[in-house]
Amino acid sequence: MTLEPLKAELEANIPGCQLEIVNNPSPSGQHSLLIDPGHALAIALYLRDAAHLRFDYLSNVTGVDWPSRELSEKIKVKKIVDGPDGPVEKEVDEVVKTQTHAHLEVVYHLYSMALKHGPVILRMRTEDRADRVHLPSFTPIWRSADFQEREIFDLYGILFDGHPDLRRILMWDEFEDFPMRRDYVEPDDYEYEPTAHDDVLKKTIAHYTGETPGGAA
Amino acid sequence: MSTLTLDPIAAKASLLKKDGGQLLEVSMGPQHPSTHGVFRMDVVLDGENVVKLKPIFGYLHRNHEKIAEDETYLGSMPYTDRLDYFCSITNNWAYALAVESLAGIEVPERAQYIRVITAELTRLQNHASLVGFLMQDMGASGTPLMYAFREREKILDLFESLTGARMMCNYMRFGGCRVDLPTGWLDQAKKVVAAFPKFLDEFENLLVSNEILMARTQGVGIIPAELIVNAGITGPLLRASGVNYDLRKVDKYGIYDRFTFRVPLGDHGDVYDRYMIRILEMRESVKILEQAMRDIPEGPFTDPKTKVRNFRPKPGEAYGRIEAPKGELGFYLISDGSPNPYRYRVRPPSLINLTVLEEMCLNRNIADVVIILGSVDIVMGEVDR
Repeated sequence: MTLEPLKAELEANIPGCQLEIVNNPSPSGQHSLLIDPGHALAIALYLRDAAHLRFDYLSNVTGVDWPSRELSEKIKVKKIVDGPDGPVEKEVDEVVKTQTHAHLEVVYHLYSMALKHGPVILRMRTEDRADRVHLPSFTPIWRSADFQEREIFDLYGILFDGHPDLRRILMWDEFEDFPMRRDYVEPDDYEYEPTAHDDVLKKTIAHYTGETPGGAA
Repeated sequence: MSTLTLDPIAAKASLLKKDGGQLLEVSMGPQHPSTHGVFRMDVVLDGENVVKLKPIFGYLHRNHEKIAEDETYLGSMPYTDRLDYFCSITNNWAYALAVESLAGIEVPERAQYIRVITAELTRLQNHASLVGFLMQDMGASGTPLMYAFREREKILDLFESLTGARMMCNYMRFGGCRVDLPTGWLDQAKKVVAAFPKFLDEFENLLVSNEILMARTQGVGIIPAELIVNAGITGPLLRASGVNYDLRKVDKYGIYDRFTFRVPLGDHGDVYDRYMIRILEMRESVKILEQAMRDIPEGPFTDPKTKVRNFRPKPGEAYGRIEAPKGELGFYLISDGSPNPYRYRVRPPSLINLTVLEEMCLNRNIADVVIILGSVDIVMGEVDR
């Protein structure tokens, strides 16, 4: 499905929405549409309910972590250099380093079971990776996003506003970090996971504070 | 995962009913034969009726996706076997399909046929063991399961002589398969497939009009067609609810457009329909297998131009999906040009098919929960990843 007409159609029907086509250079040719979180629900509803689109089936929801990366680019700069006969203008290679913007991303693969077409790939990006990680949840529109968004919250730490039951799904409730992030560091010991059982709890406290359980040597 | 309520008095108070009765909170699993692995359901019961059910996952979680990001593309191939360990060959195919789409690899003719043959054999043995397990869950202890396993064993023997392993086959490669069919394998496979309808007839004779089976399964665990599409449930469950969506017909991946077969559809979307859909799908798979084994050409079994070592797809992304025995199995890959995938995502049909488990079980008996879960067909290796 070509995205240019779809983009024009969405822009005409949802005033104020900002869309951008993200090109995919690989042979698969699956390009995607970057949507702004403010209009995401309106866009999703339009895609689901418009009679000629009817994307009733949200197949896959993926979280992706894009930490800040350093891009270095070589450019030629004209500089005045001290030569043997006084200052001369010369072309010098200079490396310019830029940082990419750090963000988290969610990718949605939509298909239509009614009309048997697709995929349309939507992407949404958070503002950063630290505390502005809110995105609207698609679970009220497609139930299939339920467990998948919980998984992304669990493993990436994206907060889906409007999700009916946003809890950890694969890790235990007391777990604090987000293991799928690129900069995740494993703890020294997974063994002492806190459980409701007192003995294990004591051992865990002892493990993290260095105290011996029960005061004995 | 979530922990149990710590304060027993507070927990008891929340379960008191207005008429003085009391609800009962039961933790089904993680060690329970009916949950097909380490899976837990937190069930609240009023008498024997289910009033609340929360599935709890994660006991088998090993972060498959993270491990695959630290591994080369080919290095993840054997690990995909461990997702749904009943259907390693279809897992291989879904992953190979995604990588082939990412790197633009063509698959030779013979390899396509081998893929179809092995994948349909996988479907046969998965569905056969599923109906066996379903009967076991229903209390038909032993006999149906052993009948099903007898047939499954023949197919696993075929896999063993082809790939060296019964379950962890690790058979496909980007651009084809790992080895060619050994001499005489096809004849052996033809014999197994030719004998398969006899097993289905026998199974149907014994069970399809069985009174107890009908009483236990008809009208149980119904999902309406609208909800099942919205919840993203795929595979035999979707078709049992009457939605005609089979990726072998829709996407026509591989060479599925060359075979004539039908897509069986159910009417009611209950456990009985799901059981029948599997029986009928096995009959269609036998048809596909007969055609594929008749038409398979000679030729290379893998694309010789595909690099095995130092395989680096160009930056980009691809989503590849197939009709696995349990539903739509997809792999979403993002490449940054390095030998490892930047992002490797599995779309697990087993997990997503559990989305409306609570709706299916509400107001049913606790004994029905067991067969409803059995009819969904989950494998925890894929649910928890």
